[in-house]
Amino acid sequence: MTTTDISATDPYWTGHHAQAAAGHGAGGPASKRIIVGYGFWIFLLSDIVMFSAFFAAYAVLRDATAGGPRGAELFNLRNVAIETACLLASSFTCGLASLSVQARRSGWFYAAMTLTFGLGATFILLEAREFADLVARGAGPTRSAFLSAFFTLVGCHGLHVTCGLLWLLTMMAQIFAKGFRADILRRFLCFSLFWHALDIIWVALFTVVYLMGVHA
Amino acid sequence: MSHADTGQRDLRIDEFDAVPGQESASDRELTHGVRTYLIGLALAVLLTALSFWLPTTTLVWGPGIPVALIVFAIAQMGVHLVFFLHITTSPDNTNNVLALAFGVLIVLLVIGGSIWIMANMNYNMMPAGAPMQM
Repeated sequence: MTTTDISATDPYWTGHHAQAAAGHGAGGPASKRIIVGYGFWIFLLSDIVMFSAFFAAYAVLRDATAGGPRGAELFNLRNVAIETACLLASSFTCGLASLSVQARRSGWFYAAMTLTFGLGATFILLEAREFADLVARGAGPTRSAFLSAFFTLVGCHGLHVTCGLLWLLTMMAQIFAKGFRADILRRFLCFSLFWHALDIIWVALFTVVYLMGVHA
Repeated sequence: MSHADTGQRDLRIDEFDAVPGQESASDRELTHGVRTYLIGLALAVLLTALSFWLPTTTLVWGPGIPVALIVFAIAQMGVHLVFFLHITTSPDNTNNVLALAFGVLIVLLVIGGSIWIMANMNYNMMPAGAPMQM
């Protein structure tokens, strides 16, 4: 009997054991899906740590307006509320897309992903309009340290959402071309984690930048 | 369909990458999944609405509003983590939770430390009576 025979039948080597695995090292190694999710979660946390540096910069420079406009004079909360609604709804439709993938229902998958893309694109358009409006009013990133920090923080989140939209289209194309294959499913898992994490950062952002900026 | 009679067939769907309730969803599991996302959405909408309503009201003591806003934001992040990112207490998630705890520690150190140090510095550097301009 060769070693390949053993690895083909032993549940430990074929990964069947992973079904019974319950962490703590018992029951064999975790499935590839769980390991990929963990690795991507580490990346997301490092991304969040990077955002925390931008948040710290913004919090420190909030009052350094150099005689220019303050947040309360610039921010339009109605616009921010619409942006928030778009991103929250897109997080929900992304969740529906995850469920469609689990159920292998491609029709529902494409519908949910298209909705997610539409909501995300609306968010980006609203943000771009807000930025253009601020620059046109002479409150661009060069006006004061406060505005530099504002454009860096909010713009970095917008950049992440833009990348997420491109990734979304890539995932739709990959599911279309390659079907519900195991490696494609893992990529989709990473995409959905990314998209939900962006919404978490936006929660911190609309609270700290917009709501607390308008209030103070 | 119960797990007992599909246990063997589930393996065939993807023998290297199967997790119960994740890879091959039955109708019951799907309904459960939709319900989870709906509960998460409802809680998130509620907390967001409260956050946006707070600055417009006079019901809450003014200086307490920023604290309340931060509390709502942290609560909403928790809702997103549990209902959307599925960070749970299950053994499969132990590593994820530990990584999250470490991430939260670093975030708190970076933000809290920066605010603390810079406030202290501004206080010590400020000439008497003059507000600082950068």
